[in-house]
This record gives sequence, C-alpha cells and structure tokens, in this order.
Amino acid sequence: MNVTARPHGRRARWHLVLTRTRTSRARGPGRSSVTTADPARPPGTPLAEPAAAQPAVGVPPAADSPAAITVHGLRMSYGSYEAVRGIDFEVGRGEILAFLGPNGAGKTTTVEICEGFRKRAAGEVRVLGDDPAHAGPDWRARVGVVLQESAPEALLTVRECLSMYAGYYPTPLPVGRALELVGLTDKAGDRCDRLSGGQLRRLDMALALIGDPELIFLDEPTTGFDPTARHAAWEVIAGLRELGKTIFLTTHYMEEAETLADRILVIAAGRIVASGTPATIGGRATDATLVSFTLPDGVAGRDLPALPAPVSVGKNRVAEVAHEYPMRVLQPLADWAVDHGYPLADISVHRPSLEEIYLRLASEAK
Amino acid sequence: MSTLGLTAHQVRYDLRAFTRNPRARVFTVATPVILLLLLLSIFHSGSLHLGGHKLITAEYYVPHIIVMGVLGAAFGNLLVTIVGKRESGSLKRRRATPAPAWAIIAGDVVTSVVSALVIAAVLILIGVLFYHVTLDTAGLGVVVLLCVVSAAAYAAIAYAASYFVGTVEAAAPVVQLTTLPLYFLSGVFVPSTNLPAWLNDLMSYLPVRPLGVALQAAFVPATNAGRRFDAGALLVILIWGVAAVLFAMRRFSWGPRRR
Repeated sequence: MNVTARPHGRRARWHLVLTRTRTSRARGPGRSSVTTADPARPPGTPLAEPAAAQPAVGVPPAADSPAAITVHGLRMSYGSYEAVRGIDFEVGRGEILAFLGPNGAGKTTTVEICEGFRKRAAGEVRVLGDDPAHAGPDWRARVGVVLQESAPEALLTVRECLSMYAGYYPTPLPVGRALELVGLTDKAGDRCDRLSGGQLRRLDMALALIGDPELIFLDEPTTGFDPTARHAAWEVIAGLRELGKTIFLTTHYMEEAETLADRILVIAAGRIVASGTPATIGGRATDATLVSFTLPDGVAGRDLPALPAPVSVGKNRVAEVAHEYPMRVLQPLADWAVDHGYPLADISVHRPSLEEIYLRLASEAK
Repeated sequence: MSTLGLTAHQVRYDLRAFTRNPRARVFTVATPVILLLLLLSIFHSGSLHLGGHKLITAEYYVPHIIVMGVLGAAFGNLLVTIVGKRESGSLKRRRATPAPAWAIIAGDVVTSVVSALVIAAVLILIGVLFYHVTLDTAGLGVVVLLCVVSAAAYAAIAYAASYFVGTVEAAAPVVQLTTLPLYFLSGVFVPSTNLPAWLNDLMSYLPVRPLGVALQAAFVPATNAGRRFDAGALLVILIWGVAAVLFAMRRFSWGPRRR
C-alpha cells in the first residue's frame, strides 16, 4: 500500500520515499508505542528499502526485545559537584523519549554517558543491550548521534560528506536515500560550508541516519531554527517514528516535546523529577483547569451563580475559577449567562500547558 | 571494510578536503616555493662551505626548504586542521561512528605524507630544472624515505601538540611561534654554522635540524663525510615520533575543549 505519510497534516519533504503502510500512534507510557498495520514489521526496521513487502531481517520483534535504553542508579560527579544523582529510566524500542531539563540539570552528562562519550561514577547503563562505556564498533553501527554542536566536513560536498560517513558502516543507507529522508537532495553537490544553519542541521541528521541505526540520539536538534525549518525537522523525526526507530530527544522546546514525544522525562538538579506522556506528565491530566471571563458591567462576584470552587476577581474585572472538572463550572455559568443575557464573549478554558508544568517542576526541584 | 580499504577510503576524502583548503595550499605549497625562489634570487651566484665541501646555494636551499615544506604540511597545517576539527565537533562526530580511531588518524597522517612528498617533488624539480641541482636515484630514494618518516613523525607531534592548543584561533600563532625559531636555528634559512656549539648540539636533538642534515647528505653526501644516508638523524626523528604517539595516546582529546 502506498500511503504518503504527512504527520500533523503538513506536507512532508520525504513523502516520496516513505511509501510504507501508514502507522498509527498510541501514546502511552512504557514500551514501544508504535503500532504498524503490518504485524510482521517490528520497530527498528531498516530504512534501506522502502518497499512495504520487505521482510524485517535481523531485527528482533518488539515483544521479545528488551528496552533500547535502561539506566539504573546512574551517578556522575565533576570534582565535588554531583551532576547526576542516581537516576533510573527506560526507553522502549520504537519509542520517542523527550528528555527535558534546564541547563546544568545533568541532561547533557546523561546523554553523553548513554552515547558512550563519557564515563560514569556509578550505576548501570545498558544501551541496545551493551554498556556504552565499553561498546565497540558493532554497537556504534547501531546507534546514530546528532550532536548538539557539530560542523560536518566543511570542504566536502554534502554528497561526499555522506559518502565518507557511509564508508564507516557495515550496511549503510544509499546516500541518495539519506538525502531524501532529510530533504537535502537538491543540495547534494553544494559544499558543506555553503549550507545555511538549518541545512547543516539536516545534514547532521542525515549523517546520524546514514548507518541505518536502530537508536538515534538527537541533542537539541532544532536549536536556532526558524519555525519553518523546525517544523520540517519535526517531519523528518516523525518519519523516523513511522519506521520504528527509537529516538532519545533532548530539547528546550516544549512544543517539540509535545508534538514528537511518546513520553517525557524531566531532569532537574541531577534527579528525574517527572515522567509521563505529554498529556499526563506532572499531573497535567488531573490538574485544575482554569475558567476565566470578564464580569459583565454591573455584575459583582457575589452575583454569580453557585459554583463548585471559589471565584477570584482580579484586575480588569477578570473572574477566575479553577476546578479539575471544568464542565461543573461551565454548566451553571452558561445557564446563568443565558438567563440574564450576558454574552461572556471572552470566556476561556485553560488547561496547564506543558511549558507551565515543566517550569513548575523545574522550579520545585531548585 | 578491510583495514587497507578503510584507510584508503579516509585518505581519499581527507586529500580532497586538503586540496580545497586554501590555508593548506599556502602552508604547504606556496610558502616553500616562494621562499625557495626568493632565497635563490637573493643568493643566486653565491656558494657556501659545509662539512669542508663547497656548495652552490641551490644545493643548500633545496633540501632545507624541503624541511620547511614537510614541517608545514605535516605539523603546521595538520595542527591547525586537528584543532579546527576538534573544536567544531567534527572529530567527535567521526568518533560516534564505528570507524576505528586509527582509520581517522591514518587519513590525516597519509594526507600529510602525500602532501609532503608533493611539495618535496616540486622543490626538487625547481632545483633540478632551473638551478643546476643534481640528485641521483639513490639520493632520491633516501629523500623519499626521509620525507615519509619525518612527515609521519611530525604528524604524530601535531596530534600530541593539539593537547596544548585550546582554540582554533590559537593554533596558527602556536605554529608560527614554534616553527619560525626552529627554521632559523636549524639552518633552514641561513646555515647554522655560526651558532654557538651548545645550541647547535641542542638543535641536533630536536626533530627539525636532523632532517635538514639528512636531506643535505642525500643531495650532497660529501657534506656528511660521504654518507648519503644519515641513520642517526632518522633515528632522532623517529624517537620524537614515537614519543609523540605515546603522549597523544594518553592525552589526545576528540571532543571540543571549550565545553
């Protein structure tokens, strides 16, 4: 079946190459949340051949495979400063995990330990079944990395740069396919030092994909992007999800985490302070919803109908009511407004945003 | 990919990047050629005595400017390149792949050796074609051997020296500050016969002057008591190379220093 994958309703740059059966996405904590219409196709399917009928070779089925990343009791110190203070988490195969945290929270240290770039002081880390501190080339071939800051080979062309990296891997993607995946086909002959910032980041992504990895670390992949470039990058990442790749994403953009992640992990002051789906993290699903509106002329707070929570009236006569069941506020309020002919035109129902939740979690950890 | 295949793969791309790098072209090709032509224009009709033997100036300057070319290619240019790649994250990025460290380093070393041989060939051709310099086959073989070994050793020293250079901005000044005095004290620009004996002795144990002495002997064996191949000089260079490899194995860093 040829289905053009267009996540979030936007036109994907890679729609020509993703001709696989559309996959659906079920957000939920824990294991892989990617389900495919073809039950024979597990997460981690190689990118090399786009044909839907291609058998999955050498990839264990999701149901039997252990988590892609398991971290237990991880600690790391720099001198007397303890950057990571005993954290535990798992990333399921085929899952996109967003790892959030303020600068200095221990985020980069944790990621670099998982990438095999940094030693740890204590704890257990398994990435694709191996300890990254001692992992060899076979392990590296299964892991793709987009570093926070890295300039590709400035004096080579985009195609040459990808060809050079392809030569490092046992079963690389064809260069043309990697270019297609990130939408850089028309820049293949350009020298890397002549690319824009967004194009360089896409090349970085292509370099992470060229070895056809099972697991991809994306460290702030869209920092410095304009909104158009950011959305294009999200489409690429969402495309990788469709192919069942496991993605460990660090970002400072809450919208990015909310759009892409199956699960979010928040680290602050070296500890995991929250874990959950974008919809539920930090009690987001059960937190009170705020109903607010401007009081009509001549109406005081005491004139309002009986509501299940106290009303506070702030400046400019804006009334606010917070309650975990917003309908119990809205129903009496609506009856009252209709009966009295008040339009309440500016009424708003506000659920705490991921950013608000994140900021609360981060400040509580201080 | 086989060991040889992976090295060849890396060298192919490193050489391509090298030939597109204007700094590399200036460091390794333009500067030595211009200096050779300048020195030979200034001292065109002159001659000098070395080891009791009379030389025309070109017989002196061709081998000594080759020293400069080899050092420029394998140490100067490579040090700036390594620090640049390290600080831009390019080296760390390569380490995130299954490519073994030796393949990445071999790319740099072979590129340095090839460029050192190319500049040596250009300088020899200028000397032979326009300045009456002669070099027989045995001499040419010794020159090639010296260039290959010393370029590899200087490349190792560049890897070791990168430990002391924190930023890419500092790399070029460090190269100038280390190589320029060595050129003068090792007889690259002017014969070092007037140096105090202790300084001459000291220079004989540093990695630059032995290459000049050995190359001079390859062109004119009479300057080295008739010995065309100066094994002692080559040994000094080799020891420096091995020491640099041992240091780099402990201290070389793949990731950017600034974070």
